[in-house]
Amino acid sequence: MQGFDFWAVTEYSDVLLAGMAWTALLTVASSGLSLVGGAVFALLGLSRSRVVRMPTAFFVWLFLGTPLLLQLYLIYFGLVQIGIDLTAFAAGVIALSLHFAVYNADVIRAGIVAIDRGQHEASRSLGLGLGQTMRKVILPQALRNVTPALGNNMIALLKESSLVSIIGVMELTLSAQRAISETFRPFEFYIAAGALYYVLNAVLELVLRRVERGTAMTR
Amino acid sequence: MDVALIVRVSRFFAEAAWVTVEISVLALALGLCVGFAAALAKVSDRAVLSLPARVYVSVFRGTPALIQLFIIYFGGPQIGLQLEPFAAGVLGLGLNIGAYMTESIRGAIVAVERGQSEAARCLGLGHLQAMRKVILPQAARLMIRPLGVNSIALIKGSALVSAISVVELTYTAHRFISSTYRPFEMFMLSAAFYLLIISAASHLIRTLDARFALRT
Repeated sequence: MQGFDFWAVTEYSDVLLAGMAWTALLTVASSGLSLVGGAVFALLGLSRSRVVRMPTAFFVWLFLGTPLLLQLYLIYFGLVQIGIDLTAFAAGVIALSLHFAVYNADVIRAGIVAIDRGQHEASRSLGLGLGQTMRKVILPQALRNVTPALGNNMIALLKESSLVSIIGVMELTLSAQRAISETFRPFEFYIAAGALYYVLNAVLELVLRRVERGTAMTR
Repeated sequence: MDVALIVRVSRFFAEAAWVTVEISVLALALGLCVGFAAALAKVSDRAVLSLPARVYVSVFRGTPALIQLFIIYFGGPQIGLQLEPFAAGVLGLGLNIGAYMTESIRGAIVAVERGQSEAARCLGLGHLQAMRKVILPQAARLMIRPLGVNSIALIKGSALVSAISVVELTYTAHRFISSTYRPFEMFMLSAAFYLLIISAASHLIRTLDARFALRT
């Protein structure tokens, strides 16, 4: 049993903070894409055509029923097989976005279904097309109702983003690992990384609560 | 699609799937114990009990499960805790899901009408007796579904222990992807086992829910 040396952490603070910035970037980029992807999957899943609905349902079922880490391996190592060679960062963003798009789709679909049918009929009778109705009438209302649930998914994404360290993306977890490989102090550096994630998590929760208050419909 | 290869390696995947089941079940048991203890502590009026429970939930829900696992497995020896990968995996996954289960259990406890606990106290039952004989039996029937959601998340989360070299489904998939260069086949094979495990678990949860859940 060796003593602790938390001062070692301060010597690597620039490495850890840079990693923290990458984690923040990864989270913001993947969250944005997963919202867009979620809306797309939700609309495809609600399509009247069976040919659209069935493959979407299969994809959603497959991605809901398997771990993110496995999906990450498929995208990073698997796409090479069909000639798509992605950087670790790109593979990480794609995997996180797809994984959480599927979760968001579930939430957004529930939000769309909950909007009164009259809204749809009224907007169609005013001459708006299906796409316009969705974009301008249904989605804005549906998204406001499900903001808290989407926010929870974003918070989960922040924490799950640590997985991309395994394929070599230099974010917070891998930055801590790099420091550990030089100092042999896993306890101190993983605690420090955990503390930084905790800070990011708290900041994100604060921001989301603001957004929720701004978008909540007055009932 | 190389069918012969899939047949040849599927035995290894089946064995690995069993490890995934084992580690999930053990972590689930640990998570339920910790979750119940922390939930009871959290609803207590005494700060000595509720404060540590609140800190536990906040810390374990506020940091990634992977970091928690690394602290236990790689950081453990520094504080004299030297664990095998499997044991570290059970401990890490169990403590992590326990924090989420604390909230599910606490939610069910506070959802039982306040009048119930007041009535029990009026009848002369102590706090613990009221909890054990009046509140918990009702709350237990409300928490099946949320705990079921936690359990499914736990099964998928168990993939993380491949990072500390527990030979479970995801580790096996990764190993065969590197050695066969057949990522899609290996992914599909592993996915099939995960879907099988998760379907079985969901079926069990639905059956329990249909049988015991409190209809409101």
